[in-house]
Amino acid sequence: MSLAVSAIGQGLLWAVLGVGLFLTFRILDFADMTVEGTFPLGAATAVAAISNGMNPLLATLLAFVVGALAGLITGLLYTKGHIPILLAGILVMTACYSVNLRIMGRANVSLLGKSTLFKNHLLASLPQYFDSVVLGTVVMVVITTIVIYFLQTELGQGFIATGDNQTMARSLGINTDNMKIMGLMVSNGLIAFGGALVAQNNGYADVNMGIGIIVIALASIIIGEVAFGDLTLNQRLVAVTLGSILYRFVLLIVLKLGFSANDLNLISAIILALCMMLPVFKNVLNFKHLVKRGLDTND
Amino acid sequence: MTKPLLELKDVVLKVNRNTPEEITILNKLNLTINAGDFITVLGSNGAGKSTLFNAIGGDLSIDGGQILLNGKDISHESVEKRTRFLARVFQDPKLGTAPRMTVAENLLLAERRGQRRGLLPRGLNHHLAHYKELTATMHNGLDDRLTTATGNLSGGQRQALSFLMATLKRPEILLLDEHTAALDPRTGQDLMHLTNERVSQDKLTCLMITHHMEDALTYGNRLIVLHHGKVTYDVAGADKQALTSEKLYSFFAEIE
Repeated sequence: MSLAVSAIGQGLLWAVLGVGLFLTFRILDFADMTVEGTFPLGAATAVAAISNGMNPLLATLLAFVVGALAGLITGLLYTKGHIPILLAGILVMTACYSVNLRIMGRANVSLLGKSTLFKNHLLASLPQYFDSVVLGTVVMVVITTIVIYFLQTELGQGFIATGDNQTMARSLGINTDNMKIMGLMVSNGLIAFGGALVAQNNGYADVNMGIGIIVIALASIIIGEVAFGDLTLNQRLVAVTLGSILYRFVLLIVLKLGFSANDLNLISAIILALCMMLPVFKNVLNFKHLVKRGLDTND
Repeated sequence: MTKPLLELKDVVLKVNRNTPEEITILNKLNLTINAGDFITVLGSNGAGKSTLFNAIGGDLSIDGGQILLNGKDISHESVEKRTRFLARVFQDPKLGTAPRMTVAENLLLAERRGQRRGLLPRGLNHHLAHYKELTATMHNGLDDRLTTATGNLSGGQRQALSFLMATLKRPEILLLDEHTAALDPRTGQDLMHLTNERVSQDKLTCLMITHHMEDALTYGNRLIVLHHGKVTYDVAGADKQALTSEKLYSFFAEIE
């Protein structure tokens, strides 16, 4: 029971990353590697700020701002510097590693004995693991609502159009460069925000905690889509959170099967690859088609 | 009396600048477009027709000369800024619409062409009745598919939608770049009729590139021919009506 609650709580906290990545991966239609740097950047910022006596909520919001700045740099390299988005992301991700070490002063900083978002009377009074469920639910409801509202605004529609058909968007007067920069800023801000939450939940920030983040965030997006099928855009955003929770349950099962935590990156990559190849499998193993053909030849 | 709406003065446009492959596409091109003109544009491949549109639209920056809108120099304005007065329909039906957005959402996007987009709700529902009426004028079933993603429409429906989007918010200048060329002959002719109807009804100023000599003769009040980056032929009014395809063919044979 407590394991299931823990999985739900973790799924909710990590779902922030899925929604953040959704903005670039699904709407702007490119893979942004910056997130591997902005996740630990958010964690480092929040932990360093809290260690220096900042209020945990402010520290978490500060992480959002710092993450958005990293996204701004990727966006400028991509749109104004004409560096391909994959490379622009990798450049900023690499740079973040040094920045994170500067911010923390060393590779790993603990929050032991420090105040965090999880250490208040309300959350501390709950049974074990329920703190992340409650906080994660509040965070995801707020973020998902804001993103859904934004996507239905005039600006949000221009943002969607940019990812959908750039030529058309420009011919309608939408500044596509600004839209991409904005998307990268909000996306990386959310990823850093997620990093700040996870670091406070774990009680430490580590400079290597960004490895494989893009796979985890993609997994919640893809698992959500695979599990729930044809959905509208708004429903898909909600499905990201559910996908993130499902993904945690898959990991739980994998660990129960006897794999170690060190195997998780390998297993995450395999799960994601399988989910992304599902359409191909469906075509190759078109059972309906095979059955139908079998019947036809009998006629 | 007509007044010049858009003037191109000695416009020069080169590609592969400062390389051995430098080519001059527009070579001191002069063209004055009056308000209300419906100009058909002819010319062989490589004559500079599409480049002319890209120069007007701002996709390509010019190397010399001036482009004036109502007397104001717009030669260096961005593509986004120029969309306030300019609308385009491309040859490829895929270029004109956002495939994952619905027909109604595409129309709503077009309604704010060239305007600021803020954080107000888009208000799609207020427009649906109007869009239903509007798409019904296309007579191709578009009105029943307002909530369909445009990626699932036929090429003809998509192109009709692109045309509607371009004219929804009245443009000062409409550029049609062979917008019926990718369609089957019948669908193409239907869209051509609708185009003519809409342009004359709304008294739009329009430039239309076409490879169909018949279309070029039938539609519009003015016809120009581009050759080696210059306007080599320009007829309007009664002179254009007197023009026949034989005369045009012999003119083309002469300049080649």
